[in-house]
Amino acid sequence: MNDKKSARVLVVTSGKGGVGKTTSTAALGAALAHQGEKVVVIDFDVGLRNLDLVLGAERRVVFDLINVIHGVAKLPQALIRDKRLENLYLLPASQTRDKDALTEDGVAKVIAELRSKFDWIVCDSPAGIERGATLAMRHADAAIIVTNPEVSSVRDADRIIGLLDSKTEKAERGECVDKHLLITRYNPWRAARGEMLSIDDVLEILSIPLLGIIPESEEVLRASNVGSPVTLNSPLSAPARAYFEATRRLKGETIPVKIPSESRGIFNKLFGRKAA
Amino acid sequence: MSSLIIQRPSLKFRARTYMAFVFTPRAPIADWLMELDATLERSKSFFADHAVALDLSEVRLSPNGIAHLIANLAERNIRVLGIEGIELADAAGLPPVLRSGRGAPELPEPEPAAVPVPAAEGAPRAKQAPASLLIEEPVRSGQSIAFVDGDVTILGSVGSGAEILAGGSIHVYGTLRGQAMAGVTGNRRARIFCHRSEAELLAIGAYYKTADEIEASVRNGPAQAWLDGNTLKISTMN
Repeated sequence: MNDKKSARVLVVTSGKGGVGKTTSTAALGAALAHQGEKVVVIDFDVGLRNLDLVLGAERRVVFDLINVIHGVAKLPQALIRDKRLENLYLLPASQTRDKDALTEDGVAKVIAELRSKFDWIVCDSPAGIERGATLAMRHADAAIIVTNPEVSSVRDADRIIGLLDSKTEKAERGECVDKHLLITRYNPWRAARGEMLSIDDVLEILSIPLLGIIPESEEVLRASNVGSPVTLNSPLSAPARAYFEATRRLKGETIPVKIPSESRGIFNKLFGRKAA
Repeated sequence: MSSLIIQRPSLKFRARTYMAFVFTPRAPIADWLMELDATLERSKSFFADHAVALDLSEVRLSPNGIAHLIANLAERNIRVLGIEGIELADAAGLPPVLRSGRGAPELPEPEPAAVPVPAAEGAPRAKQAPASLLIEEPVRSGQSIAFVDGDVTILGSVGSGAEILAGGSIHVYGTLRGQAMAGVTGNRRARIFCHRSEAELLAIGAYYKTADEIEASVRNGPAQAWLDGNTLKISTMN
């Protein structure tokens, strides 16, 4: 941890709950670490922490973000190193406190200290637009806005984009936080039947660049349940590949985004493209 | 803000005129509050964050009564900036007493061809810059753009749950998905234009239509709204 670095701070946010922020934070963090980057993921969901479970680190939590902010523990004591990827660290949230325990100065100090030690800092925002969410986005250089292709989620994402343009440090300096849209739980079968918003509709409403489309998949659920990000647990699955591609786009590569289509064996190979 | 000139040791102060909504409660106050609630029902955040003055010249209220009324308004997220039409002696502990108010016509029922009354005295209004506000970014859900001095032009889209208030007309070159309220200070010639209308609410002055009341034939395409007598008309623009 000695070499001087300058991390890029990402916030994974959505407004709405349950759209896949924590799953995506874990998957993207692990994918970046797998590519050799030094990554810390921070759980800002104080009081309702989940990221430790999704990363399978829940049995090793001793100190947390709030302890560090209050000076009870030093930052290196609270960082948990992943068992599978030595470049991946977790800074867990406190489960016993609430979001009022987060202070602006405290968060600023923690981020500043982490910046010099990591390549990427990925902040997992809580749902909502209150203190926890605004502090999670406060220091972000770039934001990943997670949305499902349905109206309520898209409207909440729109709201969050507005906050990113007003409540972040970058916005207050007159700069702009880079924004990337990650559409999760995309179900080609339902999309083909018009039961979900189309990708074009979502992009038209939110008008920010698309980082990736994660297909709805059993693999994601299975990975969360065994405490392993999907990008580690089944790296060849469709969602994992979509997350890997998203990280390459984050690093500046230009890769066209493919809209997932139904794939059901030979029948689909013959006729499937029509539906896309 | 360079308008405040400070010269120590003697301070200089300048007067400035601001735009505020004026409420004129009528007795009985309970009925008036019910009427107000009905108005708020159309647009809950209409008065939030806007300066509101109370004109109490049509009612006789005790200082306690006034305090009670202000508390009632506060419950509705309406903060009273000042009070007009009461004696200075009655005003202890209340918002400041305002005098020599002038200008903009009554909000709820604007007079036809309302012409602002020129000020008899005070600052000359000569050389006023053309009043328009240009917004180059999309207006996101939850954001509110209020510009009572003139037209608002938005190059991007207006998100669902966003609101635009303009004293003049509103022009949206993207998709209008939120609420647009034009002519909020009583300009009956104000219009709303949008490149694509999926609006949640369109209003000109006190007349409005919600998404439910807007015909399907004028949705999802370029549209304009204007006031014809006391009816809000909406048509496509092709």
